[in-house]
Amino acid sequence: MLQGTLDMLILRTVLLGPAHGHTIAHAIEHTSDEVLQVEHGSLYPALHRLEDRGLIAAFWGTSENNRKAKYYRITPAGRRHLVNERSRWDELVSAVARVLGPAVE
Amino acid sequence: MSWRRFWQRKRRDDDLAREIESYLAHESDLRASQGLSAEDAAWAAQRKLGNRTTVKEKVWEMNSLSFIESVWQDLRYAARMLRMNPGFFAVATISLALGIGANTAIFQLLDAVRLRMLPVENPQELVELKIADNEHCCNGNFSGRRNNFTLAQWEQIQAHQQAFLNAFAWGDKRFNLTQSGEAHFAEGLWVSGDYFKTLGVAPLLGRLIERSDDVRGCASGGAVISYAFWQRHFAGDAAVLGKTLLLDGHRVEVMGVTPASFSGVEVGHNFDVALPVCSELVFDGKEAHSLQRHHWWLAIIGRLKPDWTLSRAMAQVKTISPAVFENTVPESYRPDQVKYYREYKLTATPAGTGTSSLRQDYETPLLLLLGIAGLVLLIACANLANLTLARASVREREMAIRLAIGAARGRLIRQLLSESLLLTLCGSILGILLAELLCRYMVTFLTTEDNPIFLALTPDWRMLGFTAAVAILTCLLFGLTPALRAARTQPAGAMKSAGRGITASRERFSLRRVLVVGQVALSLVLLAASLLFVRSLRNLTTLDAGLRQDGLLMMGVDISRLQYSNERRAALYRILLEEVRATPGVDAAGTASIVPLSGDGWNDNFDIPGVVSKDHMLAWFSSISEGYFQTMETALVAGRDFNQHDTTSAPEVAIVNREFCRKFLAGANPIGRQIRMLTGPGEAEHQYQIVGLMKNAKYQSLREDTKPVVFVAENQRKEPGQGTTILVRSRTSFGALSAGLKVAAEKTDPEMSIEFLAFRKQVHDSLLRDRLMATLSSFFGFLAAALAMVGLYGVISYMVARRRGEIGIRIALGATRGGVMRLILTEAGWLLAAGLTIGTILALTSGKAAETLLFGLKPTDPLTITMAVLLLATVALVASLIPALRAARTEPVAALREE
Repeated sequence: MLQGTLDMLILRTVLLGPAHGHTIAHAIEHTSDEVLQVEHGSLYPALHRLEDRGLIAAFWGTSENNRKAKYYRITPAGRRHLVNERSRWDELVSAVARVLGPAVE
Repeated sequence: MSWRRFWQRKRRDDDLAREIESYLAHESDLRASQGLSAEDAAWAAQRKLGNRTTVKEKVWEMNSLSFIESVWQDLRYAARMLRMNPGFFAVATISLALGIGANTAIFQLLDAVRLRMLPVENPQELVELKIADNEHCCNGNFSGRRNNFTLAQWEQIQAHQQAFLNAFAWGDKRFNLTQSGEAHFAEGLWVSGDYFKTLGVAPLLGRLIERSDDVRGCASGGAVISYAFWQRHFAGDAAVLGKTLLLDGHRVEVMGVTPASFSGVEVGHNFDVALPVCSELVFDGKEAHSLQRHHWWLAIIGRLKPDWTLSRAMAQVKTISPAVFENTVPESYRPDQVKYYREYKLTATPAGTGTSSLRQDYETPLLLLLGIAGLVLLIACANLANLTLARASVREREMAIRLAIGAARGRLIRQLLSESLLLTLCGSILGILLAELLCRYMVTFLTTEDNPIFLALTPDWRMLGFTAAVAILTCLLFGLTPALRAARTQPAGAMKSAGRGITASRERFSLRRVLVVGQVALSLVLLAASLLFVRSLRNLTTLDAGLRQDGLLMMGVDISRLQYSNERRAALYRILLEEVRATPGVDAAGTASIVPLSGDGWNDNFDIPGVVSKDHMLAWFSSISEGYFQTMETALVAGRDFNQHDTTSAPEVAIVNREFCRKFLAGANPIGRQIRMLTGPGEAEHQYQIVGLMKNAKYQSLREDTKPVVFVAENQRKEPGQGTTILVRSRTSFGALSAGLKVAAEKTDPEMSIEFLAFRKQVHDSLLRDRLMATLSSFFGFLAAALAMVGLYGVISYMVARRRGEIGIRIALGATRGGVMRLILTEAGWLLAAGLTIGTILALTSGKAAETLLFGLKPTDPLTITMAVLLLATVALVASLIPALRAARTEPVAALREE
């Protein structure tokens, strides 16, 4: 996965509402139709890094199946960051697409 | 990396563990719901998570300050390594402590004497006024330590100056605190009205001297005392205000106490009591400096007006110079002197660091000592670098393994430097403690009864900065090269040879040789310097001064407060001298107005009728009693001594020394010639007939070139002084003698005040600087030599150890023990020879720096350098003999079995 994209995916996922690590991992897999396979463990350093940068905030809560879980929610700074990253990503994608041109078989 | 996370690391670690547990629980719940058994579900969850430890490590690293932690690790490792080598640790720490301590101590003294700002308000605004250097400055009577101005000049300057917000004048004076009998002194200051105001000193108790206290014709008034004197003399009594002090027999009330931080503007000399300048007249009466325009006894400091620069102030005081000097011409000056006097110019210099006579006396010696101490430290560094290199070669295998399994070179360098850092740290701490001791020792060394020295020696940022800089430099000097070399180890090569090589690689060994050669060279320079100073001191102490210094006691007599008439004073001195001569144990006694070798002097212009000279003749004078020469044991060459017929009514007579004859009479017989003094208007005319010729003797100091001296008869002086010094020759102990002399004084006049000083002690004190240089440079010189020897011993021992196999083979093949010893000693001899050659060249070229401090020999004195070379060579051979013997005793079987 491209450098920095995991951060973006996590932020996008928690934008919908607070979620814990397990949920986030599965959400990324499901929404990408299982294309993006993350090693679930590698999610945690990323979550901690984002928390450090103040883009997400964490709290302990009780999950849907009644277990303790650490929840993450997006912060205002995280929203701004996501918007910026999103537009940069779009630029990058369209730029790459322009260079590649129409698909040739 | 974040400090916050770093400190919360433990908690965060637990947090992560719980988070991962939570993940696993959720994932196994999910798998179980998909139909897996509980156990399979748990395993699946584990697989989905991936490597749990990697995750934890990644987060842990995020939470750590890797640099600091690894430094801490390195330091702990270094400490462990050093603990394993207590011998190395001790040698390293002690030599570093000595080196750093010596540097710090000397820097601290330099700092105190030269760099430290006065502890007063905005010291950088203070400026001292002086008369610009010129060859005709100045004539008259000089007293005090800083005799730059006369009172008349100060009054004019005060009236004309515009550069200063406030300015003040001060002079120093010792006051006798006792009524009669043996004297006790207080260090006094005459200060003008704005002294304390200009310096911004506020009273601790009472009030300080103000402008209204210092008006011409004031009564003896009040005194301001220093905090130290308040503690010492009044035991810090809170009710000290209004108490009376007896100063030279005058009652003075204490009006205020200064705070503890203030001790005057003269570095090294603290004041006890301060009195207004105007009361000098009350104290000194008819002989007061205040009355005389040719008495120089004051110094002047001013505080610059806001936004005035030093150069602007200099320009301003220069423009007022003509007016100041025009109005203050001393009445007694001859016309030619007046002409020069009118041309004097005032100038200004920064005075924020205070003034000090210590500065001119000790600046060069201290700088030189700092250089010497620096060299000692350099030698210590070379020594440590050598030892570290030796250790590094022992640890070569360790380094090779570390490199081979992937250690970064930078990391290895850092780890080795950590060891050096730790050593430097220990050495510096010990060094600072040592510096404290050495500093105190040096101040005590320089303090004499007559000249107590007080220096502010509390560590300040400058000193700590200096020590830190020295320490870091040291650490890099001895640690960096070995560390870089160790890190350059080629793992494959090192592992292969693993110390089994017949000889070490030439390249690595050569650096150690260079270090030893450097050590020997530098220590030769230091040893030569110390021998120079020791021999110079010896020259001074064994010098034939033309008089016998032992068994001579000086008895100072002061009757200034008794206000006796001229006749009564003359009679008193005559009677006292008779009483002294009658005291048991006294072999001879005589008085002198100028005690030889005391630093005092009196010179005057004269001419000799019948001798033409293009310039004024100048000679040095002393007024003495009969019996003086007998007391000093200076031989009379021709003519006669003074006698009882030389009275005020008889023609004036004089005795001259040989130098006088040589210089002014081309060596002709002086007896019967006339000396006519050149006098200014209003001065009494004097014409002396020469009646005697003396051998030469030193006059002011031991260092001087022999001076032409004229002795005149004390008994012919119409106005005897307010005090005199009786020189007493005796073979009994001074303790018993001074008791007898006290009785004699008591018998003559119980009111007079007396003090005793052994003549030898006075000469001893005048050689303090020489003694200091000799003592300290010897200490450093021998320290340097010892360090160099340790270095040489280390290198030769190491070489012997490395060549053990080779030596074993040689002996097995029939080499004699003597041959082996020769082999090793030749090796040492080459190193030594190279070091001594370079050292000799260095010593010959660097000696210039010490030239002015030496007496009776040149800095390139061949004998001294030869002595140093021989001394060092002998010790060095002894140092290399031990490993050589060890080599010769090598058992070939044992040595070869090790292969």
